[in-house]
Amino acid sequence: MTTVFRPYSGSEGLRSDRSAGDRLRHRQKVREAIRANVADIIAEEAILTKTPDRVVKVPIRGIKEYRFVFDEMAPRVAAAGQGEIKEGQVVGAALGDQSRLPGAGDRPGLDYYETDITIEELIDLMFEDLQLPELERKRLRENLIDHGTKRRGYRRVGVRVQLDKKRTVRSRIKRNIARRQSEAAAGSEQGRAPFHREDLRYRRRVPDVQPESNAVVICIMDTSGSMDARKKYLARSFFFLLYQFVRTRYRKVDLAFIAHHTHAREVTEEEFFHKGESGGTMISSGYRKALEIIRERYHPSLWNVYAFHCSDGENFAEDNREARRAAQELARICNLFGYGEIKPPAAYHGDSTMLKVFDSLKAKNFHAVEILRKEDIWPCFKALLSHERRDAETAA
Amino acid sequence: MAKGYDIKELEHWDGRIREKVAALGLSTFAQEFELCDHEQMLSYMAYHGMPSHYPHWSYGKAYERQKTLYEHGVSGLPYEMVINANPCLALLMRKNSLALQVLTIAHVYGHNDFFKNNFTFRATRPARLVSTVKARADRIRDYIEDPSIGLARVEALFDAAHALALQCGRNIAVRKVSRAEQKERARVAAEPPRDPYRRIHKAPEISEPDLDRLPLEPEDDLLIFVRDHNPRLADWEKDLLTVVHEEALYFIPQIQTKIMNEGWATYWHWQIMDSLDLPQDLHLEFLVRHNQVVRPIPGDINPYHLGFKLWQDIRRRCDEPRSDELEESGAPAKDGLATIFEVREVDRDVSFLRRFLTKDLIRELGLFQVEQKGKALVATKVADDENWREIRETLLRNVGMGGIPVIRVIDADHGRRGQLLLRHEHDGRDLHLEYAERTLVYLQELWGRGVVLETLLDGAPSCLKQDDEGFAIEDGAA
Repeated sequence: MTTVFRPYSGSEGLRSDRSAGDRLRHRQKVREAIRANVADIIAEEAILTKTPDRVVKVPIRGIKEYRFVFDEMAPRVAAAGQGEIKEGQVVGAALGDQSRLPGAGDRPGLDYYETDITIEELIDLMFEDLQLPELERKRLRENLIDHGTKRRGYRRVGVRVQLDKKRTVRSRIKRNIARRQSEAAAGSEQGRAPFHREDLRYRRRVPDVQPESNAVVICIMDTSGSMDARKKYLARSFFFLLYQFVRTRYRKVDLAFIAHHTHAREVTEEEFFHKGESGGTMISSGYRKALEIIRERYHPSLWNVYAFHCSDGENFAEDNREARRAAQELARICNLFGYGEIKPPAAYHGDSTMLKVFDSLKAKNFHAVEILRKEDIWPCFKALLSHERRDAETAA
Repeated sequence: MAKGYDIKELEHWDGRIREKVAALGLSTFAQEFELCDHEQMLSYMAYHGMPSHYPHWSYGKAYERQKTLYEHGVSGLPYEMVINANPCLALLMRKNSLALQVLTIAHVYGHNDFFKNNFTFRATRPARLVSTVKARADRIRDYIEDPSIGLARVEALFDAAHALALQCGRNIAVRKVSRAEQKERARVAAEPPRDPYRRIHKAPEISEPDLDRLPLEPEDDLLIFVRDHNPRLADWEKDLLTVVHEEALYFIPQIQTKIMNEGWATYWHWQIMDSLDLPQDLHLEFLVRHNQVVRPIPGDINPYHLGFKLWQDIRRRCDEPRSDELEESGAPAKDGLATIFEVREVDRDVSFLRRFLTKDLIRELGLFQVEQKGKALVATKVADDENWREIRETLLRNVGMGGIPVIRVIDADHGRRGQLLLRHEHDGRDLHLEYAERTLVYLQELWGRGVVLETLLDGAPSCLKQDDEGFAIEDGAA
């Protein structure tokens, strides 16, 4: 009987890579699980408070390995570290997965599973959920604008108009210096040195395509007394999604917040979501403020303007006409203008709904949606984007 | 090779260790070592060391999880991995120092001896392991590639089968009774007791046993029961269920002897290393590593530590019994060495701890019972005169297969609707309901009809039902 020692044999070959297929399949399942829950994740509050590193924790359901196991409440035995443990002493916090007894893999806590993904990845998954084909996604992402051509470097062949005289002369001088040195070495005579075809330098021009870089998202929200915290939360989710979406398409995205009741003010993000006001509502005031801001700072020829308005639809009836006119004006200058009406599901539906008023507004880039619950956010957002998508299609 | 040693040197130490192994009376399979890097080790760990295992995403998950833990420094990698095969296979991490390799080789021989001699491993057929695993993997790859079956269906069936794999008979010393024998037993049990005065007694009523009932006696092996009694399963499906069941049978002995096995290997590496006359630098490193291995983990149980202490104590009590021990149990029947060799053959963790975990040891190890109270873990019982037995009982309930609820098939035609009736043998611990629900869904998939599980919830009899209408919890027995 002898012992066999098999030496180390690198990472090539079947052996080391055999887990690759299963790892891939597992990752696919994780991704599927996240995608299946993307609507839930969006609707959950955690994602809205943006963490500095922009990473969100996503609980993964559906890829746990279930078995018959005991409840976590069942007693078990543990060893003390240093010192004596007294009866009734608290020895730790009940964490999900702190149990590592022999056979503890059977405890459910150990299968608790969540993963970190960045907001970027999440947005990617959202796009996947929107089922945009890859090509189309790219088109949505990169708005390329043709600025003609620009200079990039030099080359030895070209058309006469692109001849760079200075560089041509310089290369002739260089050639002459080199020639003189070699002739001096050979002892032969120096002669005149005319331009040679090899001296010619032309400017190289390439098509100048730059990603469009400026966009502004204008968030308009009704902050009148009837907008409670829950409605604001729904509005916020929607603004967040819109902002994230716009961010994937442009390099620089500005945000402007307009709070309005009977008249409008531009506010900070903090104030926008937290400050409650009271009184009635004049939607037109918010729109006019938005138009004013666009005129002053975000001229449509330089900026892509995305505006979205959230309201509960309760507007002073006499303002409806004015609001419609302002909305028409906004739709004319914005890339996309959306209106979201947030209604509590069970509560009293007032007669005043702006949805009816906006029914008559016929603009290609205007879209009105109704949000009743947080589950509606994602479908509504999809609807809004499908609009944008059609835009991109017609533009292409 | 790293760290300034080569295979020759390992072979040299292996030769010396083997001499000691033989001299100390261990009886082992032939041994094979393989040097591997950390990625190979992670890969082996994900597949429980199986050299060519069938594919399933859960192993990818195990790999990723282990890798994440390793890369974040939460858990290190084991020094070795030993596979119960004949010849015994062991993996050594190539970057380990020489002292660690020597210690590991000695440790591996301990496991090797345990696999060969402990009774729970008798049915694992280690000589055929490599070829069996390979053949299974090949068959399963064929199913996956078969266009009439495909990955999705194989995967779904494995998901369900893995969920139920450990629901099987757990004591191999208890022979499985065939259906014919069960019938005979049922018939005998139904006969009236022999009565010498039957002439003068009124004739007892004869109740006829229902010999067609399925199963006649509660059935432990869930997967096998489903395989044999669900006529709608295709051959490949039955094959997969068999594969999963057989693999569970292969691993259950290791689950059941974790403390003994690790303790045994630790005990022998300690003995062997001590007798090897190591150069001083190797010896010092050995002491450091050994102490790391047998360090108690506060708030948990370290099987190396617990097992090591027990083996030491068993031997000490036979060789140098204290006066109070002599008073209590008389002079030991055998010497220490003979006793531990016998114990390593005939016990598993549950019986091992029940027989040898004394009050003094529980005290010395600082074992206590811990329970979850609200958000905190509270020590509810400490090792005093009243409670040490209860602490041991709690430990016994948690070791080996104790972490897995005993669930048996009672009736295959429940409610005359072909539903499967199961009973959870409640031992004071309730089932985790979310997990039970999802597992019953899997069982329903396999059985093809509704399933009902009898259990106790907070002390009250309850039924968990899963059928086409979904999951429901009902009060009262089925």
